[in-house]
Amino acid sequence: MPFDVSRIREDFPILRQRVHDRPLVYLDNAATTQRPASVIAAISNYYSADNSNVHRGVHDLSERATRSYEEARVKVQRFLHARDPREIVFVRGTTEAINLVAQSYCRRLIQSGDEILVSAMEHHSNIVPWQMISEERGAALRVIPINDQGEINLDDFDKLLSDRTRFVSVPHVSHVLGTVNPIKEIVEMAHRRNVAVLVDGAQSAPHLLEIDVSDLDCDFYAFSGHKLYGPTGIGVLYGKSHLFESMIPYQGGGDMISSVSFEKTIYNAPPYKFEAGTPNIAGVIGLGAAIDYLKLIGSEAATAYEQELLSYAMSSLSEVRGVRVVGTAAKKAAVISFVVENVHPHDVGTILDLEGIAVRTGHCCAEPLMRRFGLTAVTRASIAFYNTKNEIDSLISGLARVRETFN
Amino acid sequence: MPRLYSDILLDHFRKPRNQGSLSAPAISYEEFNPLCGDRIRIEVELSGDVISAARFQGDGCAISIAAASMLTEMIVGLRIGDDVSNDDLVSALRSDIPPARKKCALLPLEALRAGFERYRPRHSGRK
Repeated sequence: MPFDVSRIREDFPILRQRVHDRPLVYLDNAATTQRPASVIAAISNYYSADNSNVHRGVHDLSERATRSYEEARVKVQRFLHARDPREIVFVRGTTEAINLVAQSYCRRLIQSGDEILVSAMEHHSNIVPWQMISEERGAALRVIPINDQGEINLDDFDKLLSDRTRFVSVPHVSHVLGTVNPIKEIVEMAHRRNVAVLVDGAQSAPHLLEIDVSDLDCDFYAFSGHKLYGPTGIGVLYGKSHLFESMIPYQGGGDMISSVSFEKTIYNAPPYKFEAGTPNIAGVIGLGAAIDYLKLIGSEAATAYEQELLSYAMSSLSEVRGVRVVGTAAKKAAVISFVVENVHPHDVGTILDLEGIAVRTGHCCAEPLMRRFGLTAVTRASIAFYNTKNEIDSLISGLARVRETFN
Repeated sequence: MPRLYSDILLDHFRKPRNQGSLSAPAISYEEFNPLCGDRIRIEVELSGDVISAARFQGDGCAISIAAASMLTEMIVGLRIGDDVSNDDLVSALRSDIPPARKKCALLPLEALRAGFERYRPRHSGRK
């Protein structure tokens, strides 16, 4: 059955609007995706009918809220192909998930002289938490290089792995280049040296839509709800059970304890040990609804359609004079960063906005990656399964307007 | 309603005035926009406390380059510490600058103001 994008678009109320008197063309999906009506309804229904605190009350509302909250955990577990729902911790987003691992896992592990490996294509959120830990512990941050296409060469990674390597944190999909990294191989190579690996899945969750942490065998996997067609302020940290068991809590508070006295507190078991305080219940329920939606439309068909749009966009862009795409990996998700000769990305973004086209411009929270390519900023068009070929055509004619303005 | 990129803005972007550096500037300050990576350096030469020459260097968008170019023209003849207001500079661009881009237009002005703040006369008794 062909992927019926016009029907899919009806599920996203926000797409029906005009911006600067033009139909909205939303190509900033790597920053945040839009939410289908079913996600918005799930949040609204929760607040209208079931709103209550979880894991506390004996009353009916609390039981309903707790049930929905824990059902969503199981949905996430199945989405990631994790073995157990206790391996799923709810956090605010990918950033918090990475910080949690840095503080709760790495802080005790890292000694002076140790090394943490990240790649040259990181988002700042997969650099700064490791720098903070490295500085505190006297460790060093080492960087896995990438080639001009934006790919990691596994031989380079192998050369960096040593007895000093204590942890590896890499993105599944680059948020600027679109590169899909060879995670399974990276994990296997790190494990041979008993080094654990965190996978930053912020950009893979929305594009691959099929993630199998058991197959990847990674130790931790993090993603954000708002990039998976769900709400903002909710994210997921997957961690292997035995690691979560051994880790110290990230924050102290209610819900993360099994008993408290002024002399001693006994912590709750994972995942609750890492979920101090009243959680983002509506966010969790909304994320569960987003996963239901992806199941309903069929993630395989959606991904195939997105890849079709990607090749259409790449070949259309290659015909625009003065446009150069940054990131041309053989395995690429639908994230396209480019530069327009003699025009600053901010000016590109502003002119496209006047045509109703939303793109990201700037360093995209990846200054070291910009420097790797000798740039300070790019324009990034990122595609979701609700985009169309017509919208790619609008982008191309928008770029013609950019050249008209500045030439 | 003014156009987004007016002819005068585009003219200053394509043919920036006073681009370069001064041999012995009394004030030289670079301002950086961490959100987009743009940087603009403003240099000023003084005759007494009057600005006798101004130059800029920078790496930025059309709006920040044009604003820097215009600012270097606007400040010659002013006394040190005389303020060019945000509105004066933005309206000189005669463009419909969207709110998200105002900071691009104001980057050179921020460099100038920060330069003024850091300025200490070389011969303090002269004033």
